[in-house]
Amino acid sequence: MTQVYPDAKGRYGDFGGKYVPETLMAPLQELERALDDAMDDQHFIDELHQVLTEYAGRPTALTFADKVTEQLGGAKVYLKREDLNHTGAHKLNNAIGQALLAKRMGKKNIIAETGAGQHGVASATVAAKFGLSCKVFMGEEDIKRQELNVFRMKLLGAEVVPVSSGNGTLKDATNEAIRYWVANCEDHFYLIGSVVGPHPYPRMVRNFQRVVGDESKVQFAAAEPSLPTRIYACVGGGSNAIGMFYPYLEDDVELIGVEAAGKGIDTSEHAATLSRGSRGVIHGSLTYLMQDENGQITEPYSISAGLDYPGIGPEHAYLFDSKRVRYEAVTDEEALESLKLLTETEGIIPAIETAHALAQAFKEAKHLTSDDTILINLSGRGDKDMATLMNHFQEEV
Amino acid sequence: MLTQTSFQGKLTKTQNLFIPFLVAGDPTPDITVQLAQKLQTAGADVLELGVPYSDPIADGPTIQRAAKRALESGMSLTKAIELVPKLRENGVDIPIVIFTYYNPVLQLGHDYFFELLEKNGVEGVLIPDLPYEESSEVRELALNYDIEYISFVAPTSEARIQQIAEQARGFLYCVSTLGVTGERHEIAPEVLYFIDKVKAYSQAPVAVGFGISTNEHVRLIQQHADGVIIGSKIIRLIEEELDSLLTAEAREQALERFYVQVSDLVK
Repeated sequence: MTQVYPDAKGRYGDFGGKYVPETLMAPLQELERALDDAMDDQHFIDELHQVLTEYAGRPTALTFADKVTEQLGGAKVYLKREDLNHTGAHKLNNAIGQALLAKRMGKKNIIAETGAGQHGVASATVAAKFGLSCKVFMGEEDIKRQELNVFRMKLLGAEVVPVSSGNGTLKDATNEAIRYWVANCEDHFYLIGSVVGPHPYPRMVRNFQRVVGDESKVQFAAAEPSLPTRIYACVGGGSNAIGMFYPYLEDDVELIGVEAAGKGIDTSEHAATLSRGSRGVIHGSLTYLMQDENGQITEPYSISAGLDYPGIGPEHAYLFDSKRVRYEAVTDEEALESLKLLTETEGIIPAIETAHALAQAFKEAKHLTSDDTILINLSGRGDKDMATLMNHFQEEV
Repeated sequence: MLTQTSFQGKLTKTQNLFIPFLVAGDPTPDITVQLAQKLQTAGADVLELGVPYSDPIADGPTIQRAAKRALESGMSLTKAIELVPKLRENGVDIPIVIFTYYNPVLQLGHDYFFELLEKNGVEGVLIPDLPYEESSEVRELALNYDIEYISFVAPTSEARIQQIAEQARGFLYCVSTLGVTGERHEIAPEVLYFIDKVKAYSQAPVAVGFGISTNEHVRLIQQHADGVIIGSKIIRLIEEELDSLLTAEAREQALERFYVQVSDLVK
């Protein structure tokens, strides 16, 4: 399976491809050649490994959540602690990989899109570390909602470019980053934050994120006699999920991706792309997306800015159609409840994105036995979400 | 295959082409028809009729605003195609090319899309986010219908120029510079060199778009290419008259001013 896709045209079954203006075809081919060349070069792999170890702090821990396990009374619960990665989420793994590649290609300027600001912060961080200039495109609405991360990016020396087109959220920031790239593709590297976009981005980002799954496999083998029964991860664009799932695709492990159901998948306010979307093209890739009957892309909703995206990576679309991964959707309320449970029992405040994976896992863990084990990708920490959490929990605390 | 396509049959010349761009439904479908009439009178040889899209990644702010206005007027791909018979009834008889992003086409289905184009008398189609590698199915289908699938070349195309230009149909859309649609101050000398290179390979007329904003640009480009495509500049002329266009009593005069401005641009 690992060899079957993507094919030479960047296809995962029907999905993926390169649906971009002609101007970008040559830069994408240049990127693909440079990527293949780098991944075949032991020096590049060694440097990547060294930065991940000495700078990012990898490997991140695998934590047995004994209190949660006891409280749920079912399967044993393990957490892969990407919240302990430098900058507080899995996002940095990919940013480091792409920044090293940009440097190798002689590109001194990087651009990035961001929603909640986590990928923007990761990009600003690697730009500072590797001496690159950095422009982060961010929707005006998100800038208002994520003041703290906007300041972090600026402090790190990045320029935050406000995007007012559309509704001023992640989808629009991505459009604007693509437009800027079209105009400046000769000396700018577009550092995409998830497994979305035209080929080779979905493959490249997955390969830089698979370290999460690879590490967990080794760590889990040391803790338990067999592989996990089930593995859970939240899915917006899908980079933490694919990074976790990919090394397990050929194993006898049930994989569950959890989307944002917002106020409920039967309302108009959700971001459950696979549960409720249909096939289409967004940001250069054929995948599932949320759209109206005329093929106009619609605005998603989720309390979590990181899951608030109307598309999903093409590899997830393929894994959904082939039924290798089961996709579920969790509401804002369910996610917040699980966030609180983990915080109170384990002393770990997860990101609201991550809390979606927790909610589905906790629901199912109760119905499993103590012989079963589940692994949850704790993709990020909740510090960035304090304003939202204060609004929600003020009276209870 | 036809010896001559409807597009070719309707095109009265193959040099000095003026190809203006309108967004269907900006600001209303009826006004689009009236603007198209004026463009034809001002010498348009082909009309590029744009379909508004929620996520136009190849377009700059001017056309994004036009798309937003058109979507608010209820425009869709199907409605834009169905506006063509209305243009014909009102005397617009130059070839009409539908410009649309790919996702709305995908939702209609390829076969139905081409049936609809043919039924409504459209002569060509342009899809800016469907590059050569992704377009083989659509290009082949276009040949079965009497529709020209128009291809793009860009300054980054280099080795791809020959491959794309040799199979060009209708006209070849030459993207003048890196970047999205929008007005530019100057035409760089490299642009002219690039056009000459494209011309050498293309069987079809070569029309240049992106950034052509003044009469000087038009004259300079026409010396090297077979035609100019003007989008953002025309949209901005419409924007300047928006209030008048939307007021019944003031509309006729606004259309007249639009006509004068466009005529000056391409004289």
